[in-house]
Amino acid sequence: MQQDKELYRTFGRRAAILAGTKAVLFGALAARMYYLQVVEADRYALLAEENRINLRLLPPPRGRILDRFGLPLATNDQNFRVVVVAEQTDDLEGTLQALGRLLPIDVLNHDRIRKEVGKKRAFVPITVQEDLDWPVVARIEVNAPDLPGISIEAEQSRNYPFGGAAAHVLGYVGAVSEAELTGDPLLELPGFRVGKSGVEKQYDMALRGSAGNSQVEVNAVGRVIRELSRDDGKPGQDLYTSLDMPLQSFVQQRLAAELSGSAVVIDVMTGEILAMGSTPTFDPTLFDRGLTSAEWQSLIGDKFRPLSNKTLGGQYAPGSTFKVMVALAAQASGIGPDHTVFCPGFTTLGNARFHCWKKEGHGQLNMVGGLRHSCDVYFYDLARRTGIDAIAEMARRFGLGRPVGLDLPGERPGVIPDRAWKEAFLGDIWHPGETLVAGIGQGFIQTTPLQLAVMCARIANGGYAVEPHVQRQGEFMGLPAHPEADANGPVELPPFPSLGLVPEHLGIVIEGMNEVSNDPRGTAYRVRIEAPGMEMAAKTGTSQVRRITMSERLAGVRKNEDLPWEQRDHALFIGFAPVQSPRYAVAVVIEHGGGGSKIAGPIARDILLEAQLRDPARRRPNGAVSKMAPA
Amino acid sequence: MTNWLMLAGKPVGASGRQEDKSLGEKIRGISWGLVLLLTAIAGVGFAMLYSAASGHFEPWMSRQMMRFAIGLLLMLGVAILDLRFWLRYAYLFYLFAFALLVFVEVEGQIGMGAQRWIDLGAFQIQPSEIMKIALVLALARYFHRLDFDAIGKPLPLFVPIGLVLTPAGLVLLQPDLGTAGMLLLIGAAMFFLAGVKLWKFVVVGLLGLGAIPVGWEFLRDYQRQRVLTFLNPESDPLGSGYHILQSKIAFGSGGVFGKGFLMGTQSHLNFLPERQTDFIFTMLAEEFGMAGGLVLLGLYGLVILYGYAIAMRSRNQFGRLLALGITSSLFFYVFINTAMVMGLIPVVGVPLPLISYGGTAMLTLLMGFGFVLSVNIHRDTRIGQHSFDEG
Repeated sequence: MQQDKELYRTFGRRAAILAGTKAVLFGALAARMYYLQVVEADRYALLAEENRINLRLLPPPRGRILDRFGLPLATNDQNFRVVVVAEQTDDLEGTLQALGRLLPIDVLNHDRIRKEVGKKRAFVPITVQEDLDWPVVARIEVNAPDLPGISIEAEQSRNYPFGGAAAHVLGYVGAVSEAELTGDPLLELPGFRVGKSGVEKQYDMALRGSAGNSQVEVNAVGRVIRELSRDDGKPGQDLYTSLDMPLQSFVQQRLAAELSGSAVVIDVMTGEILAMGSTPTFDPTLFDRGLTSAEWQSLIGDKFRPLSNKTLGGQYAPGSTFKVMVALAAQASGIGPDHTVFCPGFTTLGNARFHCWKKEGHGQLNMVGGLRHSCDVYFYDLARRTGIDAIAEMARRFGLGRPVGLDLPGERPGVIPDRAWKEAFLGDIWHPGETLVAGIGQGFIQTTPLQLAVMCARIANGGYAVEPHVQRQGEFMGLPAHPEADANGPVELPPFPSLGLVPEHLGIVIEGMNEVSNDPRGTAYRVRIEAPGMEMAAKTGTSQVRRITMSERLAGVRKNEDLPWEQRDHALFIGFAPVQSPRYAVAVVIEHGGGGSKIAGPIARDILLEAQLRDPARRRPNGAVSKMAPA
Repeated sequence: MTNWLMLAGKPVGASGRQEDKSLGEKIRGISWGLVLLLTAIAGVGFAMLYSAASGHFEPWMSRQMMRFAIGLLLMLGVAILDLRFWLRYAYLFYLFAFALLVFVEVEGQIGMGAQRWIDLGAFQIQPSEIMKIALVLALARYFHRLDFDAIGKPLPLFVPIGLVLTPAGLVLLQPDLGTAGMLLLIGAAMFFLAGVKLWKFVVVGLLGLGAIPVGWEFLRDYQRQRVLTFLNPESDPLGSGYHILQSKIAFGSGGVFGKGFLMGTQSHLNFLPERQTDFIFTMLAEEFGMAGGLVLLGLYGLVILYGYAIAMRSRNQFGRLLALGITSSLFFYVFINTAMVMGLIPVVGVPLPLISYGGTAMLTLLMGFGFVLSVNIHRDTRIGQHSFDEG
């Protein structure tokens, strides 16, 4: 009994100790709960939210590109595809069979779907077919109740309604390359497109807009349970270009007959590029869906360089078109318009003989005559008297020798040589003979068609430093009012700084260009515009790409038609119209086309005429043009 | 009290018929408060299983309720059987449980990387769960038979040590670290309550510590990983530390009052693993917050208090040991499970009693509390220490 009591006492004591231990351990549990659920509650609440909430980016629809009147040039198309979600149907095979009655699914496709269903999680949509026609989409939507698990997804693709007609201005979009990643998660979305060239690239950020996002609740394996909130983001802005699309199409069509060449139409008052064509062209739509390797190879391997916008990226010796610069530089250095030179068909400098394009010579010519006949001997003389540095200075004032700052990527600077340039780039002194060659726009001089158009515009507008652009400025829907359109109002001047020219000097050059096309003796008389009030002033140019040896000259210079394409002369032509109140300037360069007046001239004439016929200014009662325009 | 020794020395069943109670008395003697508490805890479990199935009775809640009903009947049946019946068949019950353990070791089904179940077609039984109460029963009987002097000697302790270590070793072979640990803890608690000298615990404890490096060699890779993960769970959030990290996130984000019933994001979006079994307390803490967790711990605390009250009122050593042994095993379950889900101890597969989805654990626990109720009904029954021949 004593032992039993002892046993009981021990038991009681030990039970108490055990109870105390349990109490302490329970206390520890409570303390741990307090720590997790009160002290650290905020941290864990955040982690729980991060667990369940997924942010999904919603790509913004890309802004459209429009012409100056709002005609869409680049739009977004819906690309419909039909997808199947395996977990939403009890009988995948049955569903696919039912779908097969609306839309043929071939055996290969069927096998691929079955394979993908096996591989992917049950809630991942699997593409059955892409690029569905609208009637098929409609049929599937109507039959949706019989097609569990089947749904239609729409994807945006870029479409260019005019195909290649403005491809070089608009550019194209393509998948984001490694080098273009900036850390913006939008760029990493599958299928996202960015501008790769042209307006698409230049104004990519504005066209792109900003991404929206959707907060969705997901479970541990990533299935979306529901959408919590949604921000649709900002769609890309529509962009109005300065292009007049019908004119653009006309230009592109007019160029299409030539192997390789380009043309620019610019508003001499505003600097707006109304049309900019380059041939051959390409279909920018192909880039959105992705080119095959063969398509890409054939585009970049083509010797006519279809991807190049030759108005910006083609550099050519300006040939005789440069003579207007020489005439201005000569007058600025004190040589009057009455300065006469006798052309016997050549001139000599030291032992070297410099030929005129006209073997028989032009005889006695003053400055206007020199321009009208494009006499080489006259301009050899002017250049020699003026000096290369003064000529280069004048050329640069007109925008040659450096990029003119058009809002498109890929513009090349050209070359306007002078003594310092030759020293720096060729490490050689300037030879006097090179001045003569420069006087007729040959030698080192390189210009782009855009530069020539800007130069021509700056002559036509009375010597103002007009700057070209392809984004339409301001809110107007039509063409800007012509500064002189309203005869009763004050004459407006182009909103650009003056080039500081003497008006009389410019007047001589304009008169010379007028006689080029409107005087029967002019080099471009055959391609003149006859419609009264729409006459153009012009300057032809033919730039040699090969050296004519003395022996060839003695044997008779070979005709362009007898030469391989690569050795033929470039045909150039600049012009503006109407002569009385200039509005449009054009530059046309046909690569290896032959003579400027013969090949480039008709194209330039047609373009200038078309531009004036489309000119809404003819509707204005006081406009000089309006009376002459065909109703 | 004078006839205490005499009674104890006599075959009680034969002479003491006055101590037998009628069925009505027994039913009245059932501690209905304890039954109500257990039912309340099981009720919390039903609610959580309903939530675990995202607001559906199927697949867990309905079956758990059925099991609880069966378990309740089993508990009451066990309770009204004479305590001396359980004393007599304690070893037999132990042997039965042991035989089942050996059977799973040889024939058991492979599940969760461990052989734990016997598939009986209609349901599966987990012998290691049965072993937990069988061990309490057997040790209670052994120490009941040992007088105070004998407990002071080392030699008589070898038999009960064998009773603990043999099944623990078998369970470890399955391998089931959690249950093996549970058996050792239950054994230690029984030895402690029986009055084994403390220095002996110290010696065994030191031996055990010395055995850790040896034991480490015997651990399976996934068991080692669990221990290592416990030491730094956030080092590898997508690997082995994922479960415990997600559990802590669920706890912490629940805050003081929780996210509301059926509103636990961690649980319902499947971030929480095993939410219907081992991690069910986490779901409760997420949906009802610290308040809910403390209420449940409070309910368990009350059950444990009941166990103590019953043990202290029992007038026989067998009853005391049995009642506190069962109560302590409930405590170990609760503590290990909740401490595990809160990241206090390594992840071990121990269910939360009466709440986690699982048949055998619920049935054996209720059977164990049947013993406790029986101890209460027969608290005045005097069972002699040395009577090997009573009815």
